[in-house]
Amino acid sequence: MVFVPHTEEERQAMLKAIGVEKMDDLFYDVPAKYRYPTLGLEAPLTEMEVLEELQELSEANLNAYRTPTFLGAGIYRHWVPAVVDYVLSRGEFYTAYTPYQAEISQGTLTAIFEYQSLICDLTGMEVANASHYDGATAAAEAVIQAYNVFRGKRKKVVLAPTLHPHYREVIRTYTQGMGLEIVGDEALEKPLEEVVEMVDEQTFAFIVQTPNFFGEIEPLEGLADEVHTRGKKALLAVAVNPISLGLLKPPGEYGADIVFGDGQPLGLGLNFGGPTLGFYATKMRYVHQMAGRIVGETKDVEGKRGFVLTLTSREQHIRRHRATSNICSNQGIMTLAATVYLSALGKDGLRKVALANYHKAHYAAERIAALPGYTVVADKPFFNEFVVECPAPVAEINDFLLNEWDYEIIGGYDLSRDYPHLARHMLVAVTEMNGRDEIDDFVEALRAFADYHQVEVEA
Amino acid sequence: MTEPLIFELSIPGRKGVRLPELDVPESELPADLLRDDLPLPEVSEVDVVRHYLRLSQLNYAVDKGIYPLGSCTMKYNPKINEVAARLPGFVGIHPLQDELTVQGALYLMYHLQEQLKAISGFDAISLQPAAGAHGELTGVLIMRKYHLDRGETQRDTMLIPDSAHGTNPASTSMSGLRVVEIPSDARGNVDLEAMKAYMNERLIGIMITNPNTLGLFDENLEAICQMVHEAGGLVYGDGANMNALMGIMRPAEIGIDVMHFNLHKTFSTPHGGGGPGSGPVGVVAKLADFLPAPIVVKEEDAEEEAPLYTFYDPPKSIGRVKSFWGHFSVMIKAYTYIRMLGDEGVRRAAEHAVLNANYLLSRIRDVYPLPYDRICKHEFVVEGRFEDAPGVRALDIAKRLIDYGVHPPTNYFPLIVHEALMIEPTETESKQEVDRYADILLKIAEEAKTDPDLLHEAPHNAPVRRLDEVYAARQKILRYRRDQQ
Repeated sequence: MVFVPHTEEERQAMLKAIGVEKMDDLFYDVPAKYRYPTLGLEAPLTEMEVLEELQELSEANLNAYRTPTFLGAGIYRHWVPAVVDYVLSRGEFYTAYTPYQAEISQGTLTAIFEYQSLICDLTGMEVANASHYDGATAAAEAVIQAYNVFRGKRKKVVLAPTLHPHYREVIRTYTQGMGLEIVGDEALEKPLEEVVEMVDEQTFAFIVQTPNFFGEIEPLEGLADEVHTRGKKALLAVAVNPISLGLLKPPGEYGADIVFGDGQPLGLGLNFGGPTLGFYATKMRYVHQMAGRIVGETKDVEGKRGFVLTLTSREQHIRRHRATSNICSNQGIMTLAATVYLSALGKDGLRKVALANYHKAHYAAERIAALPGYTVVADKPFFNEFVVECPAPVAEINDFLLNEWDYEIIGGYDLSRDYPHLARHMLVAVTEMNGRDEIDDFVEALRAFADYHQVEVEA
Repeated sequence: MTEPLIFELSIPGRKGVRLPELDVPESELPADLLRDDLPLPEVSEVDVVRHYLRLSQLNYAVDKGIYPLGSCTMKYNPKINEVAARLPGFVGIHPLQDELTVQGALYLMYHLQEQLKAISGFDAISLQPAAGAHGELTGVLIMRKYHLDRGETQRDTMLIPDSAHGTNPASTSMSGLRVVEIPSDARGNVDLEAMKAYMNERLIGIMITNPNTLGLFDENLEAICQMVHEAGGLVYGDGANMNALMGIMRPAEIGIDVMHFNLHKTFSTPHGGGGPGSGPVGVVAKLADFLPAPIVVKEEDAEEEAPLYTFYDPPKSIGRVKSFWGHFSVMIKAYTYIRMLGDEGVRRAAEHAVLNANYLLSRIRDVYPLPYDRICKHEFVVEGRFEDAPGVRALDIAKRLIDYGVHPPTNYFPLIVHEALMIEPTETESKQEVDRYADILLKIAEEAKTDPDLLHEAPHNAPVRRLDEVYAARQKILRYRRDQQ
């Protein structure tokens, strides 16, 4: 496209109206020695040409939607109804900005109000914000909210070692200037029951994930009480896979104080991991410590229902250095995707998706467990992801699946990358997108690898 | 507005989608872990499409007309960007796939890093930050860690001009540092005299927005950078206003050490009703080792024909600032845009952004009070008040603009201007559209004197009339409740 619409005549007329002779005069205040550098960008392409280049680049990638895939670890391949992208493609939604002018932003504001309601219903919580960047930054904001609930008087936070490694890392990045004591994941193999025991009266929060990074459903029954008692009202924050909530009892029912997670499974593509969506909900009594935008219902001067951004005195543009967070731009259009996804699937659809994930993952686990050389490691019930101990390093197996097998298969996640004690352990994700034949082929390929590996070892 | 909520359209038993029959045997479910009720809407696909289409029609957007929201750079979002980001080979890649299977994506990220380096003059870029404020936090943490790494643990003070975005002080205090506000001088520049008192061993640095939020190029910028550097501090550049300067000046050359870009402002990616943004951070060489992990590097291998693009963790990294690799699909859009502009195109965009702003200012300057009378950059700030219409405020003017079918400017920011109206037309608006906006502003100024109630009661022609924000804050109705409706 042509990026500026001005004709030469218009340009001259405008310069004249401003009272300058030429374009350069508008930049008189830029020191001359720095003005108009040569940038050295590549020669510009037309739309026709750039699309060709981008098509080539995109085709240089292996598309996981067109390839049997068993990779999860935080980002999942789910089916997205066509209606989601249809709504997201409306220019009225995606070319608007933060709804500062409520009267001409009722579309966005109403959708966010629905989003907040859906997240509350899904998680069993009282109030949700209009998003964080992703699950990891939502985790960091959960830590900061809990810290602020105790007005900074407590410095200790306990993390379950089974919390997503990226979440644990981002919590540390965000809080490196706050002087916190972050414990719980020093010994990565420590069981949850023992980690909870680290919660004491100096602790402001305990952060746990369910299904955890290994896919296991953590026993939340009694956990909130234990954290509240040991930690004298310390907060329990729970990260959760939103699809699992189509089936499982929500953390809110177990007494969690904050529930958050990554909303990528709710109608967003893989997109190489971003943008996703950090959803976040808490109890009403903590709403003033919560970060992010919040939409509330109100009425106009004629009494008609409408929606506005509300409780803004928590935010950076009002409270500046005393704000609950610096967040401004968030994941607006992603919240719309989640809203449309949850509406389109609805009560029946989300439950069916969750059930398909559960049953297919268990079918896959059962078949893999029957293979010689492979052991499914599952001490607790799991949802759509599980750990397999393999006969060889996972990198070798994945290389075999991708390059040596009859056709390309994208294998599971190599857990030794984050958990050194889990060498040869693969995290396998199975969703509604994995057909039975795909699972059966994966199992066959794993068997073939074991046979081939056995021969190699013996040789 | 009569559009019900999606919950109010729900009919028990109605279904919208059909899923394939389960093709594997069922396993036993953990009975004690199951939820009793899943209170989601029960609607058809037709219900969903019509509901959200009707909602969309209640919005104003760039695709409808001029959206001169100051500081937000609401330029037109090229449609090719959307096509590019939706190519199956981009949407369909998992972030943990083998690097050899995502070379197209890594190539794009590497070359976007290179494009941003060329435009800014920085030596290294991280694409990981998710938005401008996120980039600020990243940059401030880098500054902090740089000083700590040099053993200068006493440094704890960040200077922030009083015209700064609220995210600057918020990012600084999140990093555990002390904020000192620096006033602006009579020409709208940072007050150099006021800075002098802080040029000591406690200085972390300064966060400076240039052009600043008044839309003015800080005439002291070079001096500020020198002064801060001499005191051992670093200069953070808030790149929110880069649209005025791309192709005009490279921030690194004048002395900025670290800066975030807003791909969703300067580089044409859509704002999405609030996001996603993308806030890459650029740094000078001495800060490169502190960037958040990972960044993309190119490995030239003599034996292979094509170079291999791979992730690299800088050795002194502040750590990861989000999961995975950043907002990849936003990066695709920015890359596409810059690839279509080239050197001349980026300069032309900046020039016309500045031309449009100054032209609009020239059209209204005799009517709207102008606190700082200088050639502006991509935006300017006037006061939304008139001596001969004492009851009229910036808010009234903003709401009256809605009646004329255009988007109001940012109002009540920056905080140092009374009744501020901050106007940024952007380069993609034609002279006709800018003229139309000027005409409306002039007409409203007239109405303020002849019929002020027309302004006080505005908007009259919107899906809803003026909304009661106090009521919302007091009632705290933050979700739909079946039992209460």
